[in-house]
Amino acid sequence: MCDQTFVAATFGPCENCSTPSPLINIYIKSEPINYCSLCVEMMACQGLQKGESLVSLKRESESLKKKLEEERKKLCDVELNQVAEKIEVLGALSIKTRRVLKGHGNKVLCMDWCKDKRRLVSSSQDGKLIVWDAFTLNKEHGVSLPCTWIMTCAYAPSGCAVACGGLDNKCSVIPLSMDRNENLAAKKKSVAMHTNYVSGCTFTNSDMQLLTSSGDGTCALWDVESGQLLQSFHGHTADVLSLDLAPSETGNTFVSGGCDMKANVWDMRSGQNIQSFESHESDINCVKYYPSGDAFASASDDATCRFYDLRADREVAVYQKDSIVFGASTVDFSLSGRLLFAGYNDYTINVWDVLKGTRASILFGHENRVSRVRVSPDGTALCSASWDNTLRWATDFVTENK
Amino acid sequence: MTGHDIITWLIQKYCISEEEALHLGNLLVKYGYIYPLKEPRSLVLRRDESPYRFQTPYFWTSTQWPATELDYAIYLAKKNIRKQGELMEYEKERYSLLHKRINHTWDFVVMQAREQLRASKQRRKADRIVLECQEQAYWLINRPHSEQYQNHDPIMQGCLPSNPWISDDAAHWTMNADVVPVPTRLRVERWSFSFMELLSDTMGRKEFMTYLEKEFSAENLCFWQACEEIRHGENSRISEKVNEIYKNFLAPGAARWVNIDSKTMYKTLEGIKRPHRFVMDDAQMHIYFLMKKDSYPRYLKSDLYKNMLAKAIVPQETKKSVFPFMRRQRHSSPSPAQAATQATEEDGRCCHTVPLLEPIPSSSLSGK
Repeated sequence: MCDQTFVAATFGPCENCSTPSPLINIYIKSEPINYCSLCVEMMACQGLQKGESLVSLKRESESLKKKLEEERKKLCDVELNQVAEKIEVLGALSIKTRRVLKGHGNKVLCMDWCKDKRRLVSSSQDGKLIVWDAFTLNKEHGVSLPCTWIMTCAYAPSGCAVACGGLDNKCSVIPLSMDRNENLAAKKKSVAMHTNYVSGCTFTNSDMQLLTSSGDGTCALWDVESGQLLQSFHGHTADVLSLDLAPSETGNTFVSGGCDMKANVWDMRSGQNIQSFESHESDINCVKYYPSGDAFASASDDATCRFYDLRADREVAVYQKDSIVFGASTVDFSLSGRLLFAGYNDYTINVWDVLKGTRASILFGHENRVSRVRVSPDGTALCSASWDNTLRWATDFVTENK
Repeated sequence: MTGHDIITWLIQKYCISEEEALHLGNLLVKYGYIYPLKEPRSLVLRRDESPYRFQTPYFWTSTQWPATELDYAIYLAKKNIRKQGELMEYEKERYSLLHKRINHTWDFVVMQAREQLRASKQRRKADRIVLECQEQAYWLINRPHSEQYQNHDPIMQGCLPSNPWISDDAAHWTMNADVVPVPTRLRVERWSFSFMELLSDTMGRKEFMTYLEKEFSAENLCFWQACEEIRHGENSRISEKVNEIYKNFLAPGAARWVNIDSKTMYKTLEGIKRPHRFVMDDAQMHIYFLMKKDSYPRYLKSDLYKNMLAKAIVPQETKKSVFPFMRRQRHSSPSPAQAATQATEEDGRCCHTVPLLEPIPSSSLSGK
């Protein structure tokens, strides 16, 4: 694994407003300027200047995009599946559902594992949030929230709290208390405020910061304690549907995917959009980093999942089959990154061999579309949440086949 | 021809110095164009009378003949059949690994091996020996490498003693809990994949700290940890934490002074005047890479790590019960919400909240 490339983020007083903050280095007609992210946004909102018109600007941006694509193509040398020919074929997988978690009264929209490898939190359309011990099938906490369609939930790294958000345009953090009599909904604390629904949320490396993505086209980083907005990320031109934090040494980047068919990589410190990938043909429903942090996968309504390499700056694999016509709504990698689990709207989960690009297995069992698929933190099991009101966890019965 | 001949010829033909000729010659040997006869496993060009031979063009690296596992398996099978027990230690290992992996084509492998042996018997002995040498030289260089982490992926390889989700036995989790007296072997191996893997494992980090204390550079890891706390902590406590770091690590004459280059130090000290979340980033990155490039590789070669690896347990696979449908009692575990409140009280006494100006005897840091 080679060293990660960095965005050279500079700090200092903004050349426009003089407040000291992380600066974005941009060029205007080849002149470098260093503005803070707020000033860059204000500049972008200024009216057209003399000699410019919407049409001319559009033409300019199209020609720049073409040039970028040409440059990218020049660096192409070999395809991923060619390199992967040397690697042996995967053995037969025998992944079967083992247990079904029943308890939600309506569509389960999202789930997340706890770091202790056996607990998980799930949220559903009827406004309920349940914390389960998936191993014993016990429900440990249940919270009823006033809003319906809790589209996203996340477990805090410490295991002491959960975050959730959805149509209420907010993302709230709920501390988990062991006291049975306590009404957890009352202790809910609103942290993030967006102007449209919250589609994804995740804690960063600690319980203190929350990263959210929203239907208002932005992502934002919040301080949990004060509810303060630390950084906002603008660049998507439509709803942002998903985000994932990079497992990198410096822990500064994350990727987001949205209805504008783009997947963007952001620097958390400066708010800058570092890389952008636009090869899907429809909304990107989910993005997930590869375990090494050098690549990520995306699932889209165009019935394909794609694999992008950050260092090569391009898409390196497409996982598709003629027989798959329904959109993919969720993806996750196995612990080593060799397998990609993708949940589709045709109620199945396809397991792809990441390197060879072929399908390794297919899982049936759900009776409605699969909304979320997540591998447990130690890679021993896979949990899937579905609109059929259940969660199922499955694992590979490797030992039984020996 | 001898090693000496090769070097002389290279010097004459290309008009280069002896050092360069030696280097070029070494590369030729390493890539298999020439192979040594006396010590075939030592791929070095010796500038003396040791004999070498040219490799046949069929086996040249430039033909880019894909060396598949199947071919390697056939070669090893041939060797095994020809002289039972002649395989080297690592060859035996690879043989059994291949046997497991491409088991489905094993008959084909053995059949091919036998066929090839029979065909070669029809050749003259001298030719046969030459061919064997060439093939051996080729495989020494080109044996297929597969560095994947498959062993570490429970969904693909299963996990020991058993996958808790299948056997209803949480032993796998107990053995791999955050703090255990003896860690499992896979876990310790994982620390060698990258520096990040080592630091993200609680036990790995502790072990590394112990190692650094022996090298008197533990303040680096403590500094890094303190900077992480600032980056991921509450907004309200940033100034307070930055102050602490300054007092403990950066101030002239500080108790645990970290060694940063003057440019970064100057920049950091200037930034501290108006503290913000990322003010320590440059210094933190400098120290991180110092540890990664210097201390981490030495740690992996150290006795401390090697002993840990040797001590590490490989759990026995639990025997499947006679009545497989009798379910075990699945025990619940304490919720992290409960366990965490206790742990934070203990962690409070960590290395970065250390009194000023007092020299810290390194012995008091290990083990809480």
